[in-house]
Amino acid sequence: MNHNTIVGNEYNHTIEHVHRDDVGAKMGMWLFLFTEVLLFGGMFLTYAVYRYQYSEQFRLAAMELNTGIGTLNTVILLTSSLTVALSIAAIQKKNKFLSILMLSVTVVFALMFLVNKYFEWMAKINHGIFPASEELLGRPNGQILFFGLYYVMTGLHGLHVLIGVIVLLFMLYFLIKNDITLDNYTKLENAGLYWHLVDLIWIFLFPLFYLIQ
Amino acid sequence: MANGVIAIEEKNFYQQSTNKYSGILSWLLTTDHKRIGLMYLYTISFFFIVGVIIGILMRLELLTPGKTIVDAQTYNTLFTLHGVIMIFLFIIPGLPAIFGNFFLPIQIGARDVAFPRLNLLSYYVYVVGAILVFISLFLPGGPIDTGWTFYIPYSVRSSTNVSMAILAAFILGFSSILTGINFITTVHRLRAPEMTFFKMPLFVWATYATAWIQIIATPVIGITILLVIIERTFGVGIFDPALGGDPILFQHLFWIYSHPAVYIMILPAMGVVSEIIPTFARRTIFGYKAIAMSSLAIAFVGYLVWAHHMFTSGMSDTARWVFSLLTFIVALPSGVKVFNWVATMYKGSIDPQTPFLWVMAFIFLFSIGGLTGLVLGSLATDVHLHDTYFVVAHFHYVMFGGTGTIFFAALHYWFPKMFGRMYFKKVANIAVLLFFIGFNMLYFTKFIMGYMGMPRRYYDYLPQFATLQEISTVGSWILALAIFLMAGNLIYSLRKGPKAGPNPWGGVTLEWHIPSPPPMENFKEIPTITHEPYDFSQLKEMKNES
Amino acid sequence: MGNKKHIIGYNTYILVWLSLLALTAITVSIAGIHLGDYTLLIAMFIAAIKSALVINIFMHIKFDEPIFKVFLALSGFTLLIIFVLTFFDFIYR
Repeated sequence: MNHNTIVGNEYNHTIEHVHRDDVGAKMGMWLFLFTEVLLFGGMFLTYAVYRYQYSEQFRLAAMELNTGIGTLNTVILLTSSLTVALSIAAIQKKNKFLSILMLSVTVVFALMFLVNKYFEWMAKINHGIFPASEELLGRPNGQILFFGLYYVMTGLHGLHVLIGVIVLLFMLYFLIKNDITLDNYTKLENAGLYWHLVDLIWIFLFPLFYLIQ
Repeated sequence: MANGVIAIEEKNFYQQSTNKYSGILSWLLTTDHKRIGLMYLYTISFFFIVGVIIGILMRLELLTPGKTIVDAQTYNTLFTLHGVIMIFLFIIPGLPAIFGNFFLPIQIGARDVAFPRLNLLSYYVYVVGAILVFISLFLPGGPIDTGWTFYIPYSVRSSTNVSMAILAAFILGFSSILTGINFITTVHRLRAPEMTFFKMPLFVWATYATAWIQIIATPVIGITILLVIIERTFGVGIFDPALGGDPILFQHLFWIYSHPAVYIMILPAMGVVSEIIPTFARRTIFGYKAIAMSSLAIAFVGYLVWAHHMFTSGMSDTARWVFSLLTFIVALPSGVKVFNWVATMYKGSIDPQTPFLWVMAFIFLFSIGGLTGLVLGSLATDVHLHDTYFVVAHFHYVMFGGTGTIFFAALHYWFPKMFGRMYFKKVANIAVLLFFIGFNMLYFTKFIMGYMGMPRRYYDYLPQFATLQEISTVGSWILALAIFLMAGNLIYSLRKGPKAGPNPWGGVTLEWHIPSPPPMENFKEIPTITHEPYDFSQLKEMKNES
Repeated sequence: MGNKKHIIGYNTYILVWLSLLALTAITVSIAGIHLGDYTLLIAMFIAAIKSALVINIFMHIKFDEPIFKVFLALSGFTLLIIFVLTFFDFIYR
């Protein structure tokens, strides 16, 4: 670790804590992201075990998922990851307008992802495939587990997308209100980190659910 | 420096607030790490007492075979609550949240933790979790009766309020994670300029290693708990054997967290021991780097051994011997610590004050706990002892005899610093003795009963266990008396105890360089670190400081 | 601290984005070919490349404090250990 960056001595000496440590804030965010990775890690472990035990049933069940929608959502999330990165780059280059624009586009992409997800889920539910449904309970155990995991994992991921939308909207508000400024944009960077993580998890979810042949 | 600073020098953190409020609000909305530490102290102590009372009720029930005071279902509820409260509300947050909060920033020469507001938030998250546990007791359906391990399939089938109780555990885990994030960032970012990693006190090292476990292990229990709640609500089948779910997978996920969690409980305690022994032996700690590194090693090795809780679950034979083998590795870093502590005392000029006596009790009790752990860690013997009183005795020796004892040691060691007053040492020493006697009566008998085949969590027992059960219950009364005496002494001393100076024990880590109780932002100026952490040659200079 | 900031240009980001899209196209088309057990392996390998791109460039870890990389390795390694040890049970059952 680079000791030159430690700010202990420059600590602002008033009772109000106005001390600011951007690296520290980012470190905290990264540590939080690791907890998210481990949270989904437990999910992926569950998936791995059941896929190992019921690989044939997983294959059959996965054929029923719509690869087209899955791919579309992958493209949407990857692009939204780009736009949030561009938004940060824009504020670093002192282009506030572009930053706001890119952040808004990110939110729109995130909402598009959720809308797609909604239609995808509804299509499945209309076919009678949802946890504890008569149709699903009539199938072999492996398929019940596949769809159980499908709903839980994409649902948990969707929840993170939803939280991401809320976080990004707050960032948009801060940007417009000049709470995030040209030389103080760690908040935006941290929100971006969170959004990239949501993208990362999808990068793994996508082949595991939609691309089993 | 600014004029405002002078005011800070004169007032301690009780007299000065971080916010504009006074009275109770200045505490409830504080971002001062010391005040938050104290709020944790009061809240956690409360739950500890609740847990103790439940434990005493359980022992009372077991005084005679058959029904003594409660019926069987109530007994199931009691042992579940005793476990949930003691583990999630007392022992996991205990040392890091109270003493870590209070002393970690001071020991590294910082004015506060890295994220003071997040620190306050994690306190309230803890409170919300605790409240949820209590709400779950009174809602229709009844209190949870699954045991603190929440094993499926019973936790999915039980009609009691399992979902709410484990949601509470989830929320408490979140609080633990936030504290961990805060401590790691604090250690990396806010050390005083000359405070290099290898000049940090060992309590900081231990708390740092603990924080890593809190961050990396806790999310796994989070997802496990969520899956159980989802299973109970929607019936997705992931944990339902009838639909293909695997109960042993649940046990894996549960222990992937809960075994490292054992080190969340014990590591900070080991850190406190490494503080107390040099102070009262007046001698530099032996093997500083070895102890520091062994904390990290324990944190890491803790991830390799979880399935030794599952030897009789029906997992594969390969997994059983692999995990049994790996389990013995844990003994290495723990051994490094114990040997270094003993070596530190060798040829020291030992001053057996109360905190030191607690540490002696710790080394004795923890060694018994640790050695019986080897009996349980080896596959062949565990098959016989699994789910007997032997296990119960083992983890009470490790957790209560280990962490619990050190919780009291830390309280007695830092009490004068936190409150500026000293307790009555003779009374405190008598409490240690009573504790030691009561503890061994209560739990050593359980080793014998377990060895004879008494299963854990049973409401009733065969007549041949009657004598030992009676001794055990009497032990619980002596133990309760000891805790009562200790708590009474401390509470009385809060107001009536003699004033303690800045350095009553002759300690040399940074907290002993500042007044008792510490001022608002700990240090007038960020201290310059000139000595190794346990260099007692600086004691003379320190006398001139004050 | 401010002068240490490494700013990545728009073009780099767009280039990374294009590679991510290309990798997605590859992984989708490979899934159509019957490769048996290798399908999963290849899909995971491509996902790993994609995440390496996202983590290094989009998430800046390549240019941030070195300690972040240590942290990342630590949590990734722990996750790997958890997977391996768990499968000692399920593979040999």
